[in-house]
Amino acid sequence: MTRTALARPSEPAVRKAAPGEAPAPRRSGRRRIALPYLLLLPALLLELLVHLVPMLMGIGMSFKELTQFYIRNWSEAPWSGLDNYTVAIDFDAPVGQALLKSFLTTCLFTVLSVALCWFLGTAAAIFLQENFRGRGILRTLFLVPYALPVYAAVITWAFMFQRDNGLINHVLHDQLGIGDSPAFWLIGDNSFWALLVVSVWKGWPFAFLTVMAGLQNIPRDMYEAAALDGAGVIKQIRHITLPSLRSVNQVLVLVLFLWTFNDFNTPFVLFGKAAPEAADLVSLHIYQSSFQTWNFGTGSAMSVLLLLFLLVVTGVYLLLTTRGRKTSDV
Amino acid sequence: MRRIRAAVTGAVTLSLAFTATACGGGESGEATPKTLTYWASNQGSSLEVDKKVLQPELDRFEQETGIKVKLEVIPWSDLLNRILTAATSGQGPDVLNIGNTWSASLQSTGALLPFDAKNFDSIGGKDRFVDSALGSTGTPGKDPAAVPLYSMAYALYYNKQMFKDAGIAKPPTTWDEVIAAGKKLSKGGKWGLGVEGSNLSNNIHQVFALGKQHGADFFTADGKADFTSDGAVAAVKQYVDLMATQKIVAPGNAEYAQNQSLSDFAKNKTGMVLWQTPSQTFASQGMTPEEWGVVPAPVPSGKPGAGRQTNSMVAGINMAVFKNTKNLDGALKFVKFMTSDEEQVILNKTYGSVPPVKGAQKDPSFADPSLDVIRETLASSAAALPQVPEESQFETVVGTAVKELFADAAAGRPVTTESVRAKLDKAQQQMPKK
Repeated sequence: MTRTALARPSEPAVRKAAPGEAPAPRRSGRRRIALPYLLLLPALLLELLVHLVPMLMGIGMSFKELTQFYIRNWSEAPWSGLDNYTVAIDFDAPVGQALLKSFLTTCLFTVLSVALCWFLGTAAAIFLQENFRGRGILRTLFLVPYALPVYAAVITWAFMFQRDNGLINHVLHDQLGIGDSPAFWLIGDNSFWALLVVSVWKGWPFAFLTVMAGLQNIPRDMYEAAALDGAGVIKQIRHITLPSLRSVNQVLVLVLFLWTFNDFNTPFVLFGKAAPEAADLVSLHIYQSSFQTWNFGTGSAMSVLLLLFLLVVTGVYLLLTTRGRKTSDV
Repeated sequence: MRRIRAAVTGAVTLSLAFTATACGGGESGEATPKTLTYWASNQGSSLEVDKKVLQPELDRFEQETGIKVKLEVIPWSDLLNRILTAATSGQGPDVLNIGNTWSASLQSTGALLPFDAKNFDSIGGKDRFVDSALGSTGTPGKDPAAVPLYSMAYALYYNKQMFKDAGIAKPPTTWDEVIAAGKKLSKGGKWGLGVEGSNLSNNIHQVFALGKQHGADFFTADGKADFTSDGAVAAVKQYVDLMATQKIVAPGNAEYAQNQSLSDFAKNKTGMVLWQTPSQTFASQGMTPEEWGVVPAPVPSGKPGAGRQTNSMVAGINMAVFKNTKNLDGALKFVKFMTSDEEQVILNKTYGSVPPVKGAQKDPSFADPSLDVIRETLASSAAALPQVPEESQFETVVGTAVKELFADAAAGRPVTTESVRAKLDKAQQQMPKK
């Protein structure tokens, strides 16, 4: 890090002092540089073992015909070249079609969920900036969904979404009289909305927490100055709050996006092994393609494609947002 | 220790990739000849009930042999995945229960010990078991991957009070009579027949028997998927039509997957269910044996028999030994113990199933009329699900197709021959190419 910084001529002058120093202090400097890496080494090795090795193996699996006949010793599975990939992206055949549909469903779901999570989280954080009685209780209450174990929470939602005995239909249909007959939430087209509700419910407290932390860094005098200049609440939010939250939002949206896109627990607990078509998220789809049909090669190929997609999206997103920030900072 | 290990292996994808290389050779637990790990399937009304039923027997085994059996009862929703992960990692139990329909699929992974003549001899011989049960222990012509433990068959259970209230004198034996009775029952918030529309395995069991009645098998003689034959389409449509056109099944049943139809039955909300050995569940829901009756599952016409008169799959649980076991001798001793006449009587009596062991069947406690129906069905009119390696994939893809069709029916969308065929065609395309 320091080295690349040194190589760059445009860097601030503070660091330029280093090359001019005497050789002896430099050695000690090198030792100082080595120390953090040494301390990081165990974590790095574990990271390699826990994350990178399985990931590389997954990539390896995607080039193999890894079916039930070989799972006991998958090094014996025959190499299949790009076959798994051709099956996965042949959008004229049912497997590819189903993957594409699942992918598009996931994109729509993710966009809606992230947007709603962000909006609700930001709105709640801004409202709770004002000091009023009961603020602490509300803050705690808002964080409850984030603190609950996912399984317990989603199972409760699954009960609430049951057609005949669920709370949702009891309120919507029995009490409010919406619809001729009680709706299905766990099967059929409505399942998409059921999934979205649970996902937003589960995700927005994180946005709330992050934005709330970000708000603490905005100096109050900026608002006072703006108020003196005659800016109303809306204008203050638009011109002070949101621009100041920019760097927080950049990370927040990215993290929410990745979490939501990859979410497996919510649809799995809500719908079981076979999700309804309308809510067939790509993570569950891949699970079904590998575990339910015992074809781990194709499942891995789909996972690799997903990984590539997420890498590209993340890369482009970071490129766009950081470049935008630099120009605005200038 | 093994428990922890099992939990770790359960952490799906990661562990799959991880353990596959970490333990390429595949090793099973620590080598202690005095302990065994046993994965039992959920046979009673809850996992706790199973533990209470099995533990005294395991204690007895320990007294006799000095081998301690560590029991884990695994719910059906997890069992196949757990076995699959165990097969992949080599870290599994020593002895385990499997659904008998998975025998050929699991056999093809090579994770289970083949019961050759020698292994059969060490548990008392192959001829102790009933033939029909042995028909669901693996691909024909190969050494069985498991031995039968409990035998079951589908039958029609009816709620006597509801039948009396609706003025139905005789329980139905043909599909026409089921529909007629169902229409009489389906009034005022009550319904004729209960189904578990989102339970993939149950869907398969039902459409398989109907398929036989339409002359369809879902697999060709040489083991290729054949889901779109006219008979298969007709069978699936007939099953979904019980909700879609006959309207004797409550639409809400489309999302049932946790035996809610049995609760409805016990609460006098549903008049009939097609089920395998539900007596213990009925009892746990507060139903006395006098409140329900049982007759053979329906056929198109005439009496149940072979071929098109088939009215059930051969349902049951098999017991298998994990090939990687470090305690093969102990494992086989345990299988011998569990399939002994004495244990067979105790366990099958408790679970309301039929012993697949000839010696145990003679016990007077199985001379119960409700069990006669099951025994008779198993002997004369039940057929084994296709014993092909792709059976478990078939359960998933066709079971899902039926689930989606039930969802259509429940939402009031038409279920036509074309829509059924399209769903089955999609299912067939998802099967692994050979």
